Amino acid sequence: MTQFKMHLLVCGGTGCRASESETLFLSLKKEVSEKGLESEVQVITTGCFGFCEKGPIVKVMPDNTFYTQVKPEDAIEIIAEHVIKGRKVNRLLYVNPETEQHVSDSKHMGFYRKQLRIALRNCGFIDPENIEEYISRDGYAALAKCLTEMTPAQVIEEMKKSGLRGRGGGGFPTGLKWEITSKSQADQKYVVCNADEGDPGAFMDRSILEGDPHSVIEAMAICGYCIGATKGVVYIRAEYPLAVERLKIAMKQASEFGLLGKNIFGTDFEFEIDIRYGAGAFVCGEETALIHSMEGLRGEPTIKPPFPSVSGYLEKPTNVNNVETFANVPVIINKGAAWFASIGSEKSKGTKVFALAGKINNVGLIEVPMGTTLRDIIFEIGGGIKDGKKFKAVQTGGPSGGCLTEKHLDIAIDFDSLTAAGSMMGSGGMIVMDEDDCMVSIAKFYLDFTVEESCGKCAPCRIGNKRLNEMLEKICEGKGTMKDLDLLRNLSYVIKDTSLCGLGQTSPNPVLSTMENFYPEYLAHIVDHKCPSGQCKALLQYVIEAENCVGCTACARNCPVNAISGERKGIHVIDQATCIKCGACLEKCKFNAVFIK
Amino acid sequence: MTKITSLADLKNIKASVEAKMSLRERSETPDSMVQIRVAMATCGIASGAKIVMDYLINELDKRSIPAIVTQTGCMGYCYAEPTIEVTRPGQQPLVFGYVDSKKADQIIEKYIKNGELLDGIIPVNYENIEGK
Repeated sequence: MTQFKMHLLVCGGTGCRASESETLFLSLKKEVSEKGLESEVQVITTGCFGFCEKGPIVKVMPDNTFYTQVKPEDAIEIIAEHVIKGRKVNRLLYVNPETEQHVSDSKHMGFYRKQLRIALRNCGFIDPENIEEYISRDGYAALAKCLTEMTPAQVIEEMKKSGLRGRGGGGFPTGLKWEITSKSQADQKYVVCNADEGDPGAFMDRSILEGDPHSVIEAMAICGYCIGATKGVVYIRAEYPLAVERLKIAMKQASEFGLLGKNIFGTDFEFEIDIRYGAGAFVCGEETALIHSMEGLRGEPTIKPPFPSVSGYLEKPTNVNNVETFANVPVIINKGAAWFASIGSEKSKGTKVFALAGKINNVGLIEVPMGTTLRDIIFEIGGGIKDGKKFKAVQTGGPSGGCLTEKHLDIAIDFDSLTAAGSMMGSGGMIVMDEDDCMVSIAKFYLDFTVEESCGKCAPCRIGNKRLNEMLEKICEGKGTMKDLDLLRNLSYVIKDTSLCGLGQTSPNPVLSTMENFYPEYLAHIVDHKCPSGQCKALLQYVIEAENCVGCTACARNCPVNAISGERKGIHVIDQATCIKCGACLEKCKFNAVFIK
Repeated sequence: MTKITSLADLKNIKASVEAKMSLRERSETPDSMVQIRVAMATCGIASGAKIVMDYLINELDKRSIPAIVTQTGCMGYCYAEPTIEVTRPGQQPLVFGYVDSKKADQIIEKYIKNGELLDGIIPVNYENIEGK
C-alpha cells in the first residue's frame, strides 16, 4: 500500500493546456521517476484553478505552495529544490501585485480568487435538509439579533446603509423598499419572495432554494419584522419541484424549532410562510403580474402606482424581493452594513451571482463582487471560450438585456455600467457567444422567446414584438431590405416607450444592442445575402470543390435527401434545389472538398 | 423538538454541531470518519448524482469504510457534474468532478483508502464569507 507524502497538482484547464501544461505534467512525472520518488510523490492534473492569466499553475500539497507561469523546463528545479530539499522556488511563486511580495502559501493569497460567495455561502457546504447545519453556520443568528437587539427602524437603517439593491434585475435599493412598505398603514401586510426565475439560462434562485432554503426563510422573517408583516408568501414556479420540496422541509423544521410561528425568540413577533405555485410564465416575474397570479387571477401586469408597497397582494401593502436579494440579508445583519458596503463598486454593493452558459469552458454558477470585469468572468473564472474559438459577444440580462462585445470586456460590471453599455444586469444570466454565432439569429432567438411570453395585454408588446420577429426572420432569410432596418429600430423604440411593463419595455434590447454592435452583420444579410457566421441556412450553400473531390462517395452515401450525385472516383455535385443544408456532407468529407459558400 | 427561544439556544446548537464536525474532521484516529458531500441540486441529480450517492453509501458500507455521506446544494461547477467533495480526517476537503460509479470506485480505492490523488480534482476557486 502506498502513502504519498507529497502531491504536485498541475492545472489541466483549457487555458493552462494552451500554455504547455501537458508537457509540464510529463516533465514533472519524468523528473519524479528519474529521482526515484514515484512511491512518495504523486503528480496529477486537476481542473481549472480559475487563474488562467498566470497559468500554467502548479500547486504543491500539503504545504499549499502555489507556483504560477511554470514552464516545462522548470520541472527539474521544482523537483530538485522543493521536493527533495524542501526549499521553495521563489522565482515561480505568485507575486502580490499590491505589495510586490512573493506569496508562498495559497491560503494567504485569497485575493487571487476572483469569486466571493455571500448569497451562495452555504450552497454546496451544508445539507439543505438539515436545519442544524444551517444554524452551525450562524443561521438564524441574524433573526435573533434583529428581534432581540434591534428595532425595525434600526434594521431598515442597516439595510439602507449596506447599499443592497434588488438582485432580480431592477436594482431598486432594498432598504428603501422596506422602509416605504413599513410606512404603509394596514391591518395586514405581506412579504413576498419572488422565486419565479424565468430568464433562459439563469438558475441562481433555484440553486439557492435547493442549497440553502433557510437563508431565504430567515430573511423573509427579518423583512416581516421590519415592515410589520406576519405573513410571507414564496411565489415559485412549479417546474422547480426539488426547490419546492426542500423549501417545504426547511419551513417544517423552522416551525418545529420555533423559528416560524408565534413568539419567535421569546418575543411577541410572529411569522408564517406559505407557498404559491406559478405555472412558469415569464411575465409573472414582474411584481404586479406576480401578485395577480398569486391571487388566482391572470398573470397580467397593471399600472404602477399604486405600488405593491401601498396596495399589493389582496390589496394589502406588500414587499416583493427576489430570492438572491433575501439570501444576502442575514449576512448583512451578522457582519454589518459597513462590511457589506466595503465590497463591490461605488453604487452597487456586495456581490452578484451569474449563471455562465454558452460557448464557455467552465459553465457554472459563480458569485463575484460587483465591479468585476467581464474579462475576468469569462476568461479567468469561465476559463475562456470553448475549443479555442474567438470570443464574439456575451448576452447579459437574458431576453431583456443586450449583447456586449470585445470593447466592453473591461467594463467593471454593476447595475449602472451595464445599463450604460446598452444591456442590463437582469437576474444574472450570462450567455457567451463565439465567432460561429450569428447575431441576427441571436436577436431573433430572444424575440421568439418574448413573443411566446408576452401576456398580450398591451398592443405594443403583443403586436410590436411579433412584427419585430417577422422582420428579423425576413433578414435571416436574405429577404430583408434597408428599409426594414429603419423600421426595426423605430419600432423597437416605440415598443420600449409605450409598453406597460418591464417585459415590453426591455424586449427590443437584444435587437437594438445587436444592431448597435454588429451592424455590418445585418448589412451582410441584407446587401450581400450572406450570413458571415454561416448560421442562417437560407443564406448558405454547400458546394463541392472539384479539385479536392476524390470521388469516395462518402458525402453521397450520407446525404439524407440524396441531393449529391456523382460516379465513384468522379467529381460529385450537390443539387442546391434538393439540399436541406444539414451539413452531413461537410462532416463526412475527409478531403476538405465540401465547403460553405 | 425543543423550541429555540434565544440566541443562547442557537449558540448551543451551533456548538454541538461544530463539536461533532470537528471530531469527524480533525481527529487522526484510524476509525474516524471520512466525510463525503454530494452536490444534489436538480442539475446534479439530472447528471447522475443520485446514482453516485447511492453507490457511495452502498459500497462504503460493503467495504467497511466508516464514512458519512450527505447531500448538499450546488457547488457551482456545472461543467463537471456530478461533483462530490471528500474530506479525509485531518485533511483539506477535495472536490472531484465528472463522478460516475466507476470514478466513485476509484475514489474509494485510491483516495479514501490510500490518500492517492486522482486526475480531475477541481480546485476551489472562490472565497467564502468566513475569510473576509
